[in-house]
Amino acid sequence: MGLNLFANYGEAVAMILFGIGFGNLLLQPNLIKKIIGLNIMDTAIYLFLAEKGYIAGRVAPIVTDGVQSVEAYINPIPSGLVLTGIVVSVSVTALMLSLTIRLFQNYHTLDLDEISKQLKKEEL
Amino acid sequence: MDFVRNFPCISIMLCLFAGIISSGLRDKAAMWVNAALLTINTVLSAYTLIYTLTLGDSFVYVMGKFPAPWGNEIRAGVLEALMALFFCIIMLLSLFGGRHKLIETIEEDKLHLYYVLTDLLLSSLLALVYTNDMFTAYVFVEINTISACGLIMIRQNGRTIEAAVRYMIMSLLGSGLLLLGLCMLYDLTGHLLMSNIKESVALIVADGDYVIPLIVSIVLMSVGLCIKSALFPFHAWLPDAYGYSTISSAAILSSLVSKGYIFLLIKIIYRVIGFDVYGDTRIIDMLFLFGLMGMIFGSTSAIKENDIRRMIAFSSVAQIGYIYMGFGMGTQAGMTASIFHILSHAATKSLLFIAAVGLMDVSGGSRTFIELTGSGYRNKWAGVTFTVGSLAMVGVPLFSGFISKLLFSQAAVQNHAKMLPALIVLGISTILNAIYFMKTVIRIYTPIDNSVYTVTTFKDMPVYAIVLLAFIILNVILGISSQPVVDMIQQGLATFA
Repeated sequence: MGLNLFANYGEAVAMILFGIGFGNLLLQPNLIKKIIGLNIMDTAIYLFLAEKGYIAGRVAPIVTDGVQSVEAYINPIPSGLVLTGIVVSVSVTALMLSLTIRLFQNYHTLDLDEISKQLKKEEL
Repeated sequence: MDFVRNFPCISIMLCLFAGIISSGLRDKAAMWVNAALLTINTVLSAYTLIYTLTLGDSFVYVMGKFPAPWGNEIRAGVLEALMALFFCIIMLLSLFGGRHKLIETIEEDKLHLYYVLTDLLLSSLLALVYTNDMFTAYVFVEINTISACGLIMIRQNGRTIEAAVRYMIMSLLGSGLLLLGLCMLYDLTGHLLMSNIKESVALIVADGDYVIPLIVSIVLMSVGLCIKSALFPFHAWLPDAYGYSTISSAAILSSLVSKGYIFLLIKIIYRVIGFDVYGDTRIIDMLFLFGLMGMIFGSTSAIKENDIRRMIAFSSVAQIGYIYMGFGMGTQAGMTASIFHILSHAATKSLLFIAAVGLMDVSGGSRTFIELTGSGYRNKWAGVTFTVGSLAMVGVPLFSGFISKLLFSQAAVQNHAKMLPALIVLGISTILNAIYFMKTVIRIYTPIDNSVYTVTTFKDMPVYAIVLLAFIILNVILGISSQPVVDMIQQGLATFA
């Protein structure tokens, strides 16, 4: 167990980062810190995918010197998944940031609980 | 190849293109594009449903030129086509029923953006229903989340933006877990297509070496989708999001968006993990437990509400609990009951939201119960429709809710270990449902002096009345001739595995 964990330290780090990001997104009251947590969480998954796709001593599957053997290249699919994931994460982050700007303009605070309190007072 | 096999792909593509085109159109034009799109998609889905019924099997449509283990695929069977048909019909009715509210609450020149969002939402729902590829499913889950968030916040006030932020946070937590789970599953199996993953999963289970990582990945995906579909402990965002957004959004969110995620979970259970493997893990017991808790706590929260729309929203929590309880039975009968309840709840909940707005309009726009007294006389159509919806929710015969409760009880009787808790909670939940829905019905039919308020008749809003009538007919059809629908569900599940 311990040795296995040490041999796959990349994945272990990715999981710890995922936990940190998840906790931040869930528990931080501050909206900007929540968004930072979201980005840490997503990036941790990309690290995990990249670790899984990489095979030591091999290169990206772009044929330059005529070598076509499968043995020479890494698995390119996780890289493709990472790219797709980045696009999704960027758009979600942009949406969250724009919502945060709106809330800050209205309530002059980034604390989500504080905003909820002010809303209760307003009784819309 | 029959031309019908292109229809699922065409309907998804049509939605995407309609969304792009609508962003450059005027408000009216965008609305008609949306209505035409929904009508075309209803026809296409109905045609696909008839085709798969006569075929007696599902078919696979290869996207692009790469064959199975590498390329992307769409898969359509009876169940998928039935879901797509239902989603299109209910979206069409919800949008037309809430149209006068949309014009009222959304700033001018922004209405076309609302239709852009609904087009994209429909495309993501159809893609979730039809796709055979896990990563495509994840991407469309995110598109679904973003457009649903847009639907909530299009009505610009502090409440809705806060609700949208809370919705986004919970949804993002859910999709993070889903993504992590499916990355792990990809690493374990080396595939992204559902049918290939299932073969590898069977090998892993037979081999016994990597069973723990497999269970971790199943748990991550299930919890992620449970968070996104607002199963009981994760429902905190729901009442605000459904209660303060514009009425069409509330109807669409409660009856379609959460059902899309649940349908994805059904696909994962059957087509990715395998029903037996999923049933052997302890996850279904947790789903069962949280489903039961949701049925009780959702209803008790609804009883405490003094706001009709938040009450209906809390009732959604209870109904989602029913669906997960059916999953938790771990039998085909439970699954059939859950899927029927997805349809019946989708039809009833959108009806209730749309009818509630008619009652609120004739009560000076207020949503508290005191103001709603006697509103059933002031808007007779909305009053009758709300009563039908309430009876369906409680589970009175003739309406769709009765059939789902019947199916749930039958499923419970077949499962010895879970029979007692399931039946007891089903009974308690029915009584609680009756308390808060019948309270509302009695309230709206309590006669008072109506001279202070405006009275709405058919002539004032014919479209709204026709939509309400269509909703009632849909509900009664589901309630009276349920057997064909149940047969279709069973046939679909048989070809699912």
